[in-house]
Amino acid sequence: MSEPAAPAPQALPVRLVGTVGAVTLDVMAALGRFGAFLGDAVAHLFIPPFKLRQLLDRIHFIGFRSLTIVILTGAFTGMVLGLQVFLTLSRFGSEAFLGPAVALTLIRELGPVLCALIVTGRAGSALTAEIGIMRISEQIDALTVMALNPTRYLVVPPIVAGLLTFPLMTALFDVVGIFGGYLVSVELLGLSSGTYFGEMQNFVDMTDIMTGFWKALSFGVIVSWVCTYKGFHCGHGAEGVARATTQAVVLSSVLILVWDYFLGSVLP
Amino acid sequence: MIRVEDLHRAFGGQRVLRGLTLQVAPGEIMVVIGRSGGGKSVLLKHLLGLLRPDSGRVVVNGTDITHLRGPALDRIRERYGVVFQGGALFDSMSVFDNVAFPLREKTRLRSREITGRVEEKLDQVGLAGMGHKNPAEISGGMRKRVAIARALVTEPEVVFFDEPTTGLDPILVNTIHHLILGMHRKFRFTAVMVSHEIPEIFGIADRVAMLHDGVIVEQGTPDVIQGSANPIVQQFVRGDVEGALRPA
Repeated sequence: MSEPAAPAPQALPVRLVGTVGAVTLDVMAALGRFGAFLGDAVAHLFIPPFKLRQLLDRIHFIGFRSLTIVILTGAFTGMVLGLQVFLTLSRFGSEAFLGPAVALTLIRELGPVLCALIVTGRAGSALTAEIGIMRISEQIDALTVMALNPTRYLVVPPIVAGLLTFPLMTALFDVVGIFGGYLVSVELLGLSSGTYFGEMQNFVDMTDIMTGFWKALSFGVIVSWVCTYKGFHCGHGAEGVARATTQAVVLSSVLILVWDYFLGSVLP
Repeated sequence: MIRVEDLHRAFGGQRVLRGLTLQVAPGEIMVVIGRSGGGKSVLLKHLLGLLRPDSGRVVVNGTDITHLRGPALDRIRERYGVVFQGGALFDSMSVFDNVAFPLREKTRLRSREITGRVEEKLDQVGLAGMGHKNPAEISGGMRKRVAIARALVTEPEVVFFDEPTTGLDPILVNTIHHLILGMHRKFRFTAVMVSHEIPEIFGIADRVAMLHDGVIVEQGTPDVIQGSANPIVQQFVRGDVEGALRPA
């Protein structure tokens, strides 16, 4: 019996369309898996049993253990803002607006974004690595074959912890940042304390605080979602975990900035 | 009874299982042997419902689990105990907590009863008094024994062993095999073991199946396998360099 004839080579435009189509399908499938992963986690938020112990552990890991770096970063961000904005405003004789400028910049923008980026680097990367190591050492398979849903143990607690801790850490970042600005502008550059805080009360309202709150809340979901997903779907061996960790940090950071722009343009 | 019928599975064009058929009778120890990378662990993952075949089916006690998901599959898995190749112990927990974990999560036993059962199981695997240690602090052989204790603590009907003695010295290999045999005599579970510890496995297996090129090429009692006329089986059992099997 003769061998079947090899298919004729396709024309370049056909191959090009085929390649674009294959890549598009891959991207859509990946996005689908990414979305389904979050959907599964959200569904398990409402299905008992709830893993309170794991949740407390994740709150401690993501929130409490990030406090030092959040305070440190918040203080220096506020100090830099205080210095730079003072130098700019003093050219126009508008130093009186330094307090509101620092507070609004921190509360609406820099607080949620920088806090989320810092926590991604500290806790998000560790979360991906931890889950990735559990994947390659078959600990996730062990949970599965014990008829225990790994999502309930490994994904839901970090997402809830992200929801709870990111707004609190952002609030702390904002407060420390405002006092950092105070330290530079009042204690070092001679602006009066009343001017710094008095004008702040006139310009910062609840809408600004809520904008920062919604941003922090959504960043908490983004970071924990991306980092757990990447750990869950990491490749083989140490290299697979390392790559997943890098991807988690990069993707989280990019999504934080993109989502920040989107929310900034939608929220009042 | 576990029945595997005409199982096919490929990964990225590489066909690992090519129509594998196998039966495991209740209460027997079935050992699947074959070369490294030959698909033994892939077969095991299909039995556990961790992988889905391209075609064919896996039937456990009359239930086709091939396409089961969620709670229906979990009900089958609740009868399973699994000893993974590397132990798969939770490294954030102590030895005691690892063994207690399935009891705490899957039963309504009181804390005192759980403690009693865990200590009894640790004693049976020769690790009494080691419960406070972390998995990272104990040797490879101890980790395997903790994994066996964890797999058996819920008294499962079927226990799967994925190369439970790989990387251990000959004394530990025999220790683990004796432990499995002793536990099997006591609890009469069905065991499916993937291994290439030859000739040691002939001492514990009720039946042995040789997996080669994605199919079972020979199966039977240890005597049948050792006396097989199949050149592939003979070469594998003797460990000959020359023959139909080439070094991977």
